[in-house]
Amino acid sequence: MTHRIGKTLSTLGLGVVLATGAVSGPLVGMAQAAGASDTEHERAARWQEIAKSIFGDRQIAQTDSLVKIDAPVRALDAALVPITLTMPKDGQIKAVSLIIDDNPAPYAAKFEFGPAADPAELKLRVRVNNYTDMHAVVETQDGKLYEAKQFVKASGGCSAPMGMSDEEAMKGMGDMRLKFAETAPGKPVEATLMVRHPNFSGMQMNQVTREYTPARYIDKLTVSAGDRTVFTMTGDISIASNPVINFAFKPDGKPIQVAASDNQGGRWQHSFNPPSPTN
Amino acid sequence: MTADAVHPRTFGAGPSRRHALFAGLCLCCLPTLGRAAESFAIEEVGPGIFVRKGLIADATADNDDAIANVGFIVGKTGVLVTESGGSLADGRWLRAEIVKRTDKPITHVVLTHVHPDHVFGAGAFVQDKPVFIGHAKLTEALSARGEFYRKRLIDLLGEDRTGPVVYPTMSVADTAEIDLGDRRLTFTAHGPAHTTSDLSMIDSGSGLLFPADLLFVNRIPSLDGSLRGWLTEIERLKTLGATRAVPGHGPVAVDLAPALADLSGYLTVLRDGTRAAIAKDVPIEKAVTSVAAEQRDAWALFDTYNGRNVTVAYQELEWE
Repeated sequence: MTHRIGKTLSTLGLGVVLATGAVSGPLVGMAQAAGASDTEHERAARWQEIAKSIFGDRQIAQTDSLVKIDAPVRALDAALVPITLTMPKDGQIKAVSLIIDDNPAPYAAKFEFGPAADPAELKLRVRVNNYTDMHAVVETQDGKLYEAKQFVKASGGCSAPMGMSDEEAMKGMGDMRLKFAETAPGKPVEATLMVRHPNFSGMQMNQVTREYTPARYIDKLTVSAGDRTVFTMTGDISIASNPVINFAFKPDGKPIQVAASDNQGGRWQHSFNPPSPTN
Repeated sequence: MTADAVHPRTFGAGPSRRHALFAGLCLCCLPTLGRAAESFAIEEVGPGIFVRKGLIADATADNDDAIANVGFIVGKTGVLVTESGGSLADGRWLRAEIVKRTDKPITHVVLTHVHPDHVFGAGAFVQDKPVFIGHAKLTEALSARGEFYRKRLIDLLGEDRTGPVVYPTMSVADTAEIDLGDRRLTFTAHGPAHTTSDLSMIDSGSGLLFPADLLFVNRIPSLDGSLRGWLTEIERLKTLGATRAVPGHGPVAVDLAPALADLSGYLTVLRDGTRAAIAKDVPIEKAVTSVAAEQRDAWALFDTYNGRNVTVAYQELEWE
């Protein structure tokens, strides 16, 4: 299997299996197990290749404490695979990257944490295109890198057609919701950010026109509490449409600002009032 | 519950999740493999109305995807096929059953929605040059998914049993009527519900409603359109004046009111359970195993489809 890291579709083996993703009806469980036959050795070699292209010659040590990946072993919907990244609460983590090794664009997302962040748990939803290892790589405050790994069975998440026309999929693009969980005074607040955006992968074919809907995806998302950054996310086509991100932050009573941009120049900004802690 | 209601495990028992996930083949769970003769009996459910009950199972290499209730209506001027079948092989079987019973031309084939178990038999009828009737949104749905379904069926059944993707030649945007001489079929194009392309019809000769997959009986409904929309369309079905119906999956004919009540029951639990999970910040990956769990014994194939239904419902409802 030859793969090319990055977004060059022309070199992708587009024999990737279509749609077990947004297709919720019959034959969903029948998807060909693309990548299922790769050996451990092949997967390890692929990871080495990817890690080098992202992190250069930097050492990455294994960890089972600095980051844990929680993902369904077998995804119910390859275009919406919920991932939880758990990290220690003590402020050691500066950034976390999620890589989906066998996706066409493996570098799914990077979160860089700011002073208002409480990185302990982060959730996001991704597309998984083949049976694959996923890696989470954290960078600690002293600049060291650590990785954890999880195998996920899913296929076709990146080429799954939306269940509607492109026009309908783009309705309300940039709308956002921010929901806050109940909190106690002085404690970090857990929040769920929802952004309306199709995140077209560029691999979804419109059978009538026989053309691929051009990739249009959120490439940057910044969340701040007042003027302190909570996190900056850099994203790519592996993030599911209508992104939903769970995160926690240290409240200071000031509004939460969310700024999003996409790769076609879309820019959106919203402000949300955090809840006042109940007494 | 309908008169035909039986504990779901007697309907060729749905596979447990573990088995269903094992490459999608469930050879160990189905008590009857393949096309046992008794599973394929055509029943006359009304005057000139013939229906074959689909297997309560997922598509497998041995069953030709014959998992939906297919059939035909014989009118004075011609035959209307109510559901074409799950594959070319299934459609051919149905066509042979029609030809055994009547010389009349096959003039109409209904493509009730985008799912393969209902439309891949259409290839067997192309030779009859019928009108292929579909929802106005069926063409775009088949454009997006037809090839995917075709490839999956070819993997399962082989190219020669799969057949082509057949597109509608007559589109119904709201309502339409087909006259077969001594009976009329009145069609309704529904808003997003089971899928975004659901088409139902009523036969004037018998008063029977053919809701297709807007009605599942005993076999778990699969949500692939809009959950709230489906509940709305169920209310609409109640206003069409029918008391008996031929569901898309389940017994070949049922009393409509109790069947709709059971279906609404499941969909309401799915909706309310998902809303409650969203309100309590239960994440989607946990909601898929907890929501509607109490309905498990009421529906065949629950383990295969409920989690997926919750996934679709969650995405729909979290923006409320």
